Amino acid sequence: MDLSFTLEEQAFREEVRAFFRTALPEQLRAKLRAGHHVSKEEQVEWQRTLNKKGWAVPHWPVEWGGTGWDPVRQYIFREELMGAPAPEPLAFNASMCGPVIIQFGSEEQKKHFLPRMANLDDWWCQGFSEPGSGSDLASLKTTARRDGDAYVVNGQKTWTTLAQHADWIFCLVRTDPSAKPQRGISFLLIDMKTPGITVRPIITIEGGHEVNEVFFDDVRVPAENLVGEENRGWDYAKFLLGNERVGIARVGASKERVRRIKLLASESRHGNPPMIENARFREKLAAIEVELKALEMTQMRVVANMATLEGKPDPASSILKIKGSEIQQTLTEMMVELAGPEALAYQPHGADGRNEPAAAPEWALTSAPNFFNYRKVSIYGGSNEIQKNIISKQVLGL
Amino acid sequence: MDFDLSEEQRLLKDSVERLVADKYDFESRKRYGAEPKGYSDGLWAQYAELGILGLPFAEEDGGFGGGAVDTMIVMEALGRALVLEPYLATVVLGGGALRRAGSAAQKQKIIPQIAEGSLKLALAHAEPQARYNLANVAATAKRDGDGWVLNGTKSGVLHGDSADLLVVSARVSGDQTAENGVALFLVPADAKGLARRGYATQDGLRAADIDLANVRVGADALLGGEDDGLAVVRRVYDDAIAATSAEAVGAMQRALELTVEYIKTRNQFGQAIGNFQALQHQAVDMFTALEQARSMAMYATMMAQEGDANERARAMAATRVQVGRSGRVVGKNGVQLHGGVGVTIEFAIGHYFKRLTMIDAMFGDADHHLGILSDLGGLLPAA
Repeated sequence: MDLSFTLEEQAFREEVRAFFRTALPEQLRAKLRAGHHVSKEEQVEWQRTLNKKGWAVPHWPVEWGGTGWDPVRQYIFREELMGAPAPEPLAFNASMCGPVIIQFGSEEQKKHFLPRMANLDDWWCQGFSEPGSGSDLASLKTTARRDGDAYVVNGQKTWTTLAQHADWIFCLVRTDPSAKPQRGISFLLIDMKTPGITVRPIITIEGGHEVNEVFFDDVRVPAENLVGEENRGWDYAKFLLGNERVGIARVGASKERVRRIKLLASESRHGNPPMIENARFREKLAAIEVELKALEMTQMRVVANMATLEGKPDPASSILKIKGSEIQQTLTEMMVELAGPEALAYQPHGADGRNEPAAAPEWALTSAPNFFNYRKVSIYGGSNEIQKNIISKQVLGL
Repeated sequence: MDFDLSEEQRLLKDSVERLVADKYDFESRKRYGAEPKGYSDGLWAQYAELGILGLPFAEEDGGFGGGAVDTMIVMEALGRALVLEPYLATVVLGGGALRRAGSAAQKQKIIPQIAEGSLKLALAHAEPQARYNLANVAATAKRDGDGWVLNGTKSGVLHGDSADLLVVSARVSGDQTAENGVALFLVPADAKGLARRGYATQDGLRAADIDLANVRVGADALLGGEDDGLAVVRRVYDDAIAATSAEAVGAMQRALELTVEYIKTRNQFGQAIGNFQALQHQAVDMFTALEQARSMAMYATMMAQEGDANERARAMAATRVQVGRSGRVVGKNGVQLHGGVGVTIEFAIGHYFKRLTMIDAMFGDADHHLGILSDLGGLLPAA
């Protein structure tokens, strides 16, 4: 047992860090540090920078643009990426739909879609959840009826993140209404420009537009856009959801937030003593750091075990989502406490623009919106209560 | 980065786990606890046979050259069974001070006796007024000819009542809480002027308060330098934090297993109570707490070897916070999920709860260490 990184791994970390130092636009870094979202153009530009370097989809097979890095190097890369902080490659492309196509797609699908996904030529979004199907995903009702060489899709998806930017959507659709819920589902790739698709924004509590409803009204989808076999979509979805167990903890991002909070808390504001001198605040932060360190070690255990477990999930990995989301949420909460009265002003940034002078520093203006918005992280991707049900059943055998 | 055990370590793990599985069920433990010393000398002899008593000591001193990971493996296995024997006191605490500060002559004389099981040690450092302040040492050591005279009171000395040889800290110079001026001494338990009051601890182990009234020891009793005893104690306590974290992980693992077994078999309302989600989620909280503690026990094992005292101090404080809090979750939920029987002395779960609580109370509890970590500025730098 040796928990330190090897010299080669440390050198690799330096290489990654050096690349981010030069390749990441300072303006983008500053934006993320201030707690802002990045625009579509910024996301695309950055992912293309990564792709040019060959690092947009490190975990993919080498023949499809992957790097061949072992799990430890992938982990280091992600940690440095989040720590920079730099935008992560669009998850819908890199971590969700891409791996499904690699594993289950046809040669034509691979050749056509994968290079475009890696380069973010196509922006993908995820069509899983429906108004009546949240945690109980298998109850989904959107139908795809075979009609000649096409499927005709009718129904509604919801919580579709960044559908307003998307060129394509990967959907779970019901192709056999008579089968058991899990057995009649297929995995379909749909061009967002197809007639009959309507995207309607959902505004979240902080005022942001991140998620959408997507309506399908007699949308004709070429049959060749079916991934794998008809009615096997549930298996592919489970593969997809099981794929991002390590990234979901977002340890690197939380570490970046802790360092940032410490820096901001060490600055005196309006002549008041720095918050870092406040013992209550400092102890609260220290307590979160302990949880984060424990989670980081847990995540490293999972990463180190990946090679030996050969694709089977590690029991410890199931807690990554629960703990990772709790920590992320607490850190957004501490940002609000740090901002104090400067968290008050509602001055959204971005596409809507702002014509008035800023009432507070950017980090303070974004603190409450991010706190409000981050309630989502213990809800999406299987709520934490669902995660507990999974652990209870799969790990504890209850 | 590698979390795997070596072949030798796997063998060690298997053999210690097999020994406690064979010899240390709950009923046997009760019997051992009722023996005169409060533990089993028979088992102690078997630990010697297995080679775990000499494990962390260098081979040239008569030990087996094991490292921190080996101690982690042993302590976790002992924790599973709530082992009563003075392994921590003899090998990690008393033996640790000897290992870190002893002269070649001292080590070569004593370590073979520890390894063969014929000599037990205890570390007599804590004092009644000190609480968790390690520097608070009122006991004194005064030069007397070429020897020393010790006076003072030591409290909560783990297994101090049955130890043959005590490692005693005493102040040679400086104020009562000065960092320098503390020395360590090897004092035979039967030394003239040394009085021990042994007692049972809450978790079924043993401890002692020790009075030193003009206890005379020779020059060869001094362990290490006259001035750096406290630095040795700090190092040994760090080792003990790593070791008891592993012990706590073993205890938590077993407590979770017992609880899950129980709620799978206990029927109410016509079904196993483990079918109820409210109980399932509490069991999951136990699992999460356990895995987070396991991660930190590994971290502490690695960091106990870290040379930078500041880095080590942060890591050890962080570990104590996590393990203390996790132990509380596992202990309390374990009892709660057992229902009424969980608060009876007949059921094992309560004994795990008690041991986990007492592990937290030793070497500084979670809140104490949260304060230390906070004052050291946490783990990550500002940026």
